[in-house]
Amino acid sequence: MKVTRRDFIRGGVAAFTVSFGAPAFLSDLARAQGASRRNLVVLYLSGGNDALSTLVPYTDGFYYSLRPTIAVPAGNVLQVGADSGGRALGLHPRLTGLKQIFDAGHLALIQRTGYPNSSRSHFLGTDIWSTGNPGNSAGAGWLGRYLDTLPSPVDPLAGWATTREVPRTLIGNKVSVPAIPSVSGYAFLSPNSGAEATYSRQAMERIASHLPADKPHLSFVNGTSQAALATLDRVATVATYEPSVSYGNDGLSQALRAVAGAMVRGIGTKVFWVQIGGFDTHATQNTNAANAGYSNLMGAVNNALTSFYNDVRNQGLLGDTLVIQFSEFGRRIAENGSNGTDHGAAGLMMAMGGGVNGGLYGTAPSLNPVQGNPTLENSGTDVTHETDFRSVYARVIDNWLGANSVSILNGDFRKSGLSFI
Amino acid sequence: MATPTPLVEHLLRRAGFGATPAERDQFAHYTYPLAVAALTGFDPAETDIDSKINTVGYVGVTTRGRFSPNTVINDARQRWLFRMVHSPAPLQERMALIWHHHFATAYSKIAGTYGSSIATRMMAAKPSEDAANAKGQIELFRERALGSFRELLIEVAKDPAMLVWLDGRLNTRTRPQENFGRELMELFTFGVEHYTEEDVYAAARVFSGWNLRRTFPGTPQAYYEFVYNPNQHDTGAKDFSFAIYSSGSKRIEARSSSAGMQDGIDLINALSIHPETARRMARRLWTWFVSEVDQPDQAFVENIANVYLKNDTNMKPVIRAVLLSPQFTDPSRRLQRYAWPVEFVVRSMKEVGYLGFSVDSALTPLLNMGQQLLEPPDVNGWDVGAGWFSTAGMLSRMNFASALATNQRFELRAAARAANATPEALVDFVLGRLSMPRPADAVYSALTDYVRAGGAWTGSEAQLLNKAGGLFHLIVGSGDYQLI
Repeated sequence: MKVTRRDFIRGGVAAFTVSFGAPAFLSDLARAQGASRRNLVVLYLSGGNDALSTLVPYTDGFYYSLRPTIAVPAGNVLQVGADSGGRALGLHPRLTGLKQIFDAGHLALIQRTGYPNSSRSHFLGTDIWSTGNPGNSAGAGWLGRYLDTLPSPVDPLAGWATTREVPRTLIGNKVSVPAIPSVSGYAFLSPNSGAEATYSRQAMERIASHLPADKPHLSFVNGTSQAALATLDRVATVATYEPSVSYGNDGLSQALRAVAGAMVRGIGTKVFWVQIGGFDTHATQNTNAANAGYSNLMGAVNNALTSFYNDVRNQGLLGDTLVIQFSEFGRRIAENGSNGTDHGAAGLMMAMGGGVNGGLYGTAPSLNPVQGNPTLENSGTDVTHETDFRSVYARVIDNWLGANSVSILNGDFRKSGLSFI
Repeated sequence: MATPTPLVEHLLRRAGFGATPAERDQFAHYTYPLAVAALTGFDPAETDIDSKINTVGYVGVTTRGRFSPNTVINDARQRWLFRMVHSPAPLQERMALIWHHHFATAYSKIAGTYGSSIATRMMAAKPSEDAANAKGQIELFRERALGSFRELLIEVAKDPAMLVWLDGRLNTRTRPQENFGRELMELFTFGVEHYTEEDVYAAARVFSGWNLRRTFPGTPQAYYEFVYNPNQHDTGAKDFSFAIYSSGSKRIEARSSSAGMQDGIDLINALSIHPETARRMARRLWTWFVSEVDQPDQAFVENIANVYLKNDTNMKPVIRAVLLSPQFTDPSRRLQRYAWPVEFVVRSMKEVGYLGFSVDSALTPLLNMGQQLLEPPDVNGWDVGAGWFSTAGMLSRMNFASALATNQRFELRAAARAANATPEALVDFVLGRLSMPRPADAVYSALTDYVRAGGAWTGSEAQLLNKAGGLFHLIVGSGDYQLI
């Protein structure tokens, strides 16, 4: 049975009512809590990214023998040098912008990230990556728990999910993060105009401020309405943002455009969530196609991240920006019969930003399915993890967010040498 | 207007989609057991309401050229919403929605594979209106709404939309595809903690050869239908970690390729009557009907799981047992369940009014509320419960309430004239029309103060026009109305 939000909501609604019980002075709060302009943007590649197609071990003969139709030809990869084990690696050919950012020293590629007994379930896997707890993935997300550590009451715009639903990663026990997929659609309408419309909004704000302690579900809904009504006007300032570069019209590009706008307008948001789907490439993966499948996914990620990088750089905010990317698992080493790949284990994480120490972190697997190959698992069919993903989180929490990773992650996952930020 | 008992109102909200004033009149005369019988006693062969689409007296649809619900996805969505508003068997549509959530299949992947027209047919075609008699997945769910779950699983395994969605069409002897076999066990039956990775590999082999074949190629009725392809079936024995047969055997023995389709039937049979499937079904029914925030009541789970197994997975006695259970009828459960976006928009149309309104106006709001029909986010369906209530989702609910109230304002003024004496009378009228109990004093006074805002209340036509519509907006958009 899937672990869902309901378990923690039960314990959490009382806390929500507390945090929304004092909505006054929100702009002061935002100013105080946003004093540091540092931002964290989490990019989720939904479906299980085929890490071996993102960062290609193009000198490993098994990569080609196990992937006769979907391997990226060695001559096409964008070479990024060799890791500490001497394995040469190259980015997918569509990642041209990321290659430039890598060359500028602002992109870190963290190989073989994962955890023991990696789940092959999308849902359990996503919950584990969201909570940072493979043993019990119910409850609040790792960034929600970070937001819970901010001085109370927390500004409702401290986090911003650009998706229609708030991802578990951003769900806290005390903090409710808004989901704002479209800045222009984030408005309050009324059947009447003029003064009557004002009366409607005032009445709705009064209704939403009713947070009875003995009716937690009603309080939760009203608290959400209250957060929406309290953030409308600040979000509206983002709608007029004029970026310094052009962004694509795809969802990820538009989401990152809004993130850049929120950063430039300084509305106080500290943590953003963006995501792109389509990575569950069981069939017809089309890694090498000119205009299809995985190739287009890489193109979309590249274009959106490159536009965003250039925009925040032009706005003088690159040093305040950190993007980290993850996916719920990597994929099987061998291609399946449908010219695709099935669910696997360890994956690739990326970190991008002005403060990032770019380069290759960790080592590539040897794809030789011989018994006893320590870089593989599941009878040599999947890549096994080398760096616990929580070590990456720990670095971000300690060195970027300025919080305590040991308490937020409920354990010491700090790893020396993982100095990407 | 006659009013049903609070328990029957509860039933109508949870097992139907709320009720129109006429339906409330009808159910006002029913005892609770009679109301349950009325909702569950439908014959799927006699519930067709589609002939009323585009006729006077019903909610509208918006046509762009010709209304083509079998081949144009947004028209398919409109037809389904129309049925939810007007079906004489609302539980049938609710169960179809539940199966759609349980076997969550998204149109977009199919459209990306076969184009929009065939994809819409695979999702929603009505056989009697399709040149190839194609039966869309939703029609399968409607037809088998309260039928045998075991048989439904078999039909789903052969369903063209599912064969595309979870790649079964590509599953062959030499190239086993794990996607369907995994989700069959993880999501459709007993759940993630009851199988191993080896079971996934074996299940993939079981369904090898369950593919699609083209029919009528090159003609307007060109389509794809299920085929068992014996040449593509892996005939070897398959071993599982759980019993497949009543003997306790965990092995599906090797079979000839011509008989190999029985492998899949045997696996589905075993999964459908596995005690953990029965319990998971009971827990899911708890979530869908009783509460999605409280842990399932253990007595409820055992009771419903038993009914499920004793009735050979037939859902009609199971649903009846849910609706008659002490946990469902407990007064403390009323108005405590977070309404799904589809439940919210359909209920509000039934209660606020729909004449001159088009279900098309609900499509974009539903997307923004997080529930686009025929496009669940992934195979796990929607994240029901508190997860619906993001700030943007809640704004979208408020704004849909505004759009509906704006559209209905003249009707609402006419209906409210008799209640124009005082602001309190007007608020009470609107609450009654929405089958809402009186809210907390703080909310009630916000509503009456709203009626008074802008000048002394005289009950004039101009005031009534502004404030009746305004009150419907405020109450339908309030937190109280989001709980059913």
